[in-house]
Amino acid sequence: MSETNTTNQHVSFLKYQGKYKGLLGWILSTDHKRVGLLYLYTMLVFFSTAAILGLLMKLELIAPGMTIMGPQTYNAMFTVHGIIMIFIIVVPGLPAVFGNFFLPLMIGAKDVAFPRLNLLSWWVYVIGILTVLSSQFIGGWPDTGWTFYAPYSFRTPVNILPALFGAFILGFSSILTGINFIVTMHRMRCPGMTWFKMPLFPWTLYATAWIQVLATPVIGITLLLTVMERVMGVGIFNPAMGGDPILYQHLFWIYSHPAVYIMILPGMGVISEILPVFSRKRIYGYKAIVLSSLAIAFVGYFVWGHHMFTSGMSGRALYAFSFLTFLVAIPSAIKVFNWVSTMYKGSLNLQTPFYWAVSFIFVFMIGGLTGLVLGSLATNVHVHDTHFVVAHFHFIVFGGTGFSFMAALHYWFPKMFGRMYDRTWANTGWVIFFSGFLTLYLPMFYLGILGMPRRYYDYLPEFHGGNIISSLGAIAMIAGILIVFVNLIRSSRHGEKVTEKNPWGGRTLEWQTDTPPTLENWETEPTVTEQPYEYK
Amino acid sequence: MILGASTFVEGVDNAFILILAFSFFFLIAITGLIIYFIWRYNNKRNPKATQIKDSISLELTWTIIPIFLVLGMFYYGYVGWIPMKRPPEEGLKVTANARMWSFSFQYENGRTSDKLYVPVDSAVIIRLNALDVLHSFYIPAFRVKEDMVPGLTNNRTWFEATKTGTYNLFCTEYCGLQHSYMLSEVVVMEKEEFKIWYEDTTAVAAVAPEGANMALLGRQLLQSKGCIACHSLDGRDLVGPTYKDAWGTMVNVVTDGQSRQVTYDDEYVIRSIYEPDYDIHEGYRPGQMLSYEGELSDQDIEMIIEFLKTLAP
Ligand code: HEC
Ligand SMILES: [Cu+2]
Ligand SMILES: [Cu+2]
Repeated sequence: MSETNTTNQHVSFLKYQGKYKGLLGWILSTDHKRVGLLYLYTMLVFFSTAAILGLLMKLELIAPGMTIMGPQTYNAMFTVHGIIMIFIIVVPGLPAVFGNFFLPLMIGAKDVAFPRLNLLSWWVYVIGILTVLSSQFIGGWPDTGWTFYAPYSFRTPVNILPALFGAFILGFSSILTGINFIVTMHRMRCPGMTWFKMPLFPWTLYATAWIQVLATPVIGITLLLTVMERVMGVGIFNPAMGGDPILYQHLFWIYSHPAVYIMILPGMGVISEILPVFSRKRIYGYKAIVLSSLAIAFVGYFVWGHHMFTSGMSGRALYAFSFLTFLVAIPSAIKVFNWVSTMYKGSLNLQTPFYWAVSFIFVFMIGGLTGLVLGSLATNVHVHDTHFVVAHFHFIVFGGTGFSFMAALHYWFPKMFGRMYDRTWANTGWVIFFSGFLTLYLPMFYLGILGMPRRYYDYLPEFHGGNIISSLGAIAMIAGILIVFVNLIRSSRHGEKVTEKNPWGGRTLEWQTDTPPTLENWETEPTVTEQPYEYK
Repeated sequence: MILGASTFVEGVDNAFILILAFSFFFLIAITGLIIYFIWRYNNKRNPKATQIKDSISLELTWTIIPIFLVLGMFYYGYVGWIPMKRPPEEGLKVTANARMWSFSFQYENGRTSDKLYVPVDSAVIIRLNALDVLHSFYIPAFRVKEDMVPGLTNNRTWFEATKTGTYNLFCTEYCGLQHSYMLSEVVVMEKEEFKIWYEDTTAVAAVAPEGANMALLGRQLLQSKGCIACHSLDGRDLVGPTYKDAWGTMVNVVTDGQSRQVTYDDEYVIRSIYEPDYDIHEGYRPGQMLSYEGELSDQDIEMIIEFLKTLAP
C-alpha cells in the first residue's frame, strides 16, 4: 500500500488510520483482518435475528394448537430462519470470518492474494443480504422453506423472487472468497512452508474453497432457472407446464450436499488447531487429517441423492447413493480418532476454547452417527422429512459449525482484539449453552422416530411431551448464547489488555506476530522450518 | 421400538437397532475416553506432555475396521428396504389423491373415502397421485413413506398390515399453509369386515338417509374434503374467502379479466366448485383451488349449500 507511512506499520490494525476515517475506514478497507471483522459483525446481527426466529418457533410448538402465531407466520419464519442461517451464516461462516482474518497470518502472508476482490466479496455479501430482506417489502416473506422445492415455489401466493435472487448473489460472494483463498494458498505461503507444513485450518479452507468454486455455480443455475420459470414460465420444473419437480431436487442437492462440507470442514480445521495447543502436544495424524479433509471434499460431491430416497426417484442409483454416504462417514471418523489421540498423554490446559472443542467432538459424533441412520435405505424411509432430520442437521450444522465457531472465537479472541474475555462468564455461558443445546435437539430425534413430520406448525397430542422439553431447551440455549455474546462484546472493549504475542502457547505463525497484529502483519517476513505443531 | 404393524417393520427396525447399537457403543466409548483423558492428563495431574509419533498401522486400523462396520450397516439397510420396492402383482389397489391439504382414497369399484380402509394381512398397492404440489404419503406404524409427485403417474408404494387398528397417516412433504393439518388415518380391518365395508355401495351414491339433517352432512363434507383448510367458518381469512356471512351477498369477482358482481347463490357455488378459476373472487389468487368435478356429486354440493345457508348474514 503506497499511502501507508512508516509509523503506521507499527500500529495495530484496529487503530490504523488510512485514507478514510471512522466507519468508512472499515467498510472500504482492504485489510484482510478488517474484512474478517466486517463479516463477523454482520453475522452477529443476522445470527441473532435468526436465532430469535428459532426461539419464537419453539415457543409456538410448546403446546398444540395456536400458541403465539398463525401458520402463515410460522411457515415464513422457518423459511427465513433457514435462509439466513444457511446462506448468510453457516456457508460463509468460518472461512469469511476466521479464514479472512487468520489464513494470511497462519501462512505468513501480508494479506490475501486479491485484497480488493476480498472487500468486494463482503460488499456482494451485503447486497445479497439486502436483496433477501427486500422480500419483506415486495410481496411478503417467502414461505417455501429454504429448499424452495418445486412446484410449491411456483404456486405460493407470496413473492419468492427476492429471496431466490438474494441467495444467488450470496453464492457469488462465496465463489469470490473461494478463488481468493485458493490463489493465496498456492502463491503466498512464506518461505519454508511447504504444503505439508501448512497448518490444518488453512488445509480445510483449501478443501472448502474448491467446493465453493466448483459447486456453487450449480445452485446459481438452479436458482436462476427457478426465477425464469416463475417469471417466464419456461416449464423446466413445474409439472403443470410439463416440467419435472424431481430434477429441481437433483440440482438443488448437487450443490447443497457439498455445501454441508463447506460448512463443516473449516470447523474441523479449527478443532485441529485448538486441540494440540491445549494439549501441549503435536497433533496426532497430521497427514491423515489432511487426506481425510480432501477425501470428504471429493466424495461429498457424489452423495446428494441421500436427500431423495423417498422422492419418487427411480432406479438403482439409490443403492449407490446410500453406499457412498456410508463411505463419506469414514474420513470424519478418522478425524475423531486422531483428535482424541492428540489428547492422550497430553498436558491438558482446561480453558474455554478447549471446552468448546471437546463439546464439538461430542455433538459432532451424535450428528455423524445419526447420519448413518439417514444414510441407510430402510431407516431413511421411516425418518426422512421428520423431526429426526431436523435434529440431525442441527447437530451437524449448529453443533458442528456453531460449536467450532464459538471455539474459534474464544481461541483467537485475544489476538483479534488485544483483550481477554472474562473466563468465568465464558465457561458459564458454555455450560448453559451446551446443556440447552442438548435439551433442545435430543428430543427431536425421539419425536422423529415416533413419526412427527418436519415443518410442522401444529401436531397431534401424542407429540406434546417431546416438544415441551425441546422448547424449554431452546430457552436455556438462548440464555447461554446471550451470556457468551454479552461477555465477548463487552470484553472486546473493556476486557483485560493482552500484549503478549502468544497467550495460549500456540506454535502456528499467527501467534508470532504482534497482538493485535499490525497493518501488514509482519515486520520481517517469517520463515518456517518445522511442522506446525511440534511441541517439544 | 415404536408401534409397528406391517411386514416392513421387522426389516426396518433391525437396521435401526443395529445402527443405534453401534452408535451408542461408539459414542459412549469415545466420550468415556475423552472424559478419562481430561481427568488423567489435565495439566495439574500431568504437567509434562509426552510427544507421540504417528503410526501408519494405527491409522489403517481405524480406517479399515469402520469400513467393514459401515458395509454391514449398508447391507442391513438395503435388505430392509428392498421389499418396499417390490410390490406384489396381486393385491387391493387404491389410488391416493393428495391435494392442498387433504387426502382422498379411491378404490377400484368406485368407492371413495377420506380415510384409508384396508384389510389385515393382505397386500395393498397404493398409486400415489398428487394434484397440485409435492406431498408425501407416510404411515409411521407401517414404516412406509413415498413422495407424491405431481406429473409422476406411475409412482406407487405398497404395504401389508399385520394388525387391525387405526394408525396415523401424515403428509411429510411441506406443502404450504396447512401442511401440518394434512393428515388422515389408516383403518385396518378384519378381512370379512373390510369386505362388507368395500361392498357397501350405498356409500358410493351417498344417498342421504330420510330425515337426515342436510346442513349437518354438508358441514361434515366440508371437513372431510378439506375445504375448511382454505375456507374458514368463522370469518378468518385463509387461502380462500371465508364462508361466514357469504351466502346471498354480492361478490366482486374477476371473470376473463373483467370485474363484475355476482350473487353468492346456488349457481355461483356450483360453478366455483366445478370450475374454480372461472370467477376469481377479488383479492384471491387463481390456481389455488382445484376442481372437485367427479369428487363431489350434485347431491354433495346441495348439502354443502344447505350448510352455507346457515352461515348467511
Ligand atoms: C387450496 C385451497 C382451497 C381448497 C382446499 C378449497 N378451496 Fe375453495 N377457493 C379457494 C380460493 C383461493 C378461492 C378464491 C379464488 C376463486 O374464486 O377461485 C376459492 C373459492 C371458492 C368458492 C367461491 C367463494 C367466494 O367467496 O367467492 C367456493 C364456493 C369454494 N371455493 C368452495 C370450496 C369447496 C366446497 C371446497 C372443498 C370441496 C373448497 N372450496 C376447497 C381455495 C380453496
Ligand atoms: Cu446431504
Ligand atoms: Cu404436506
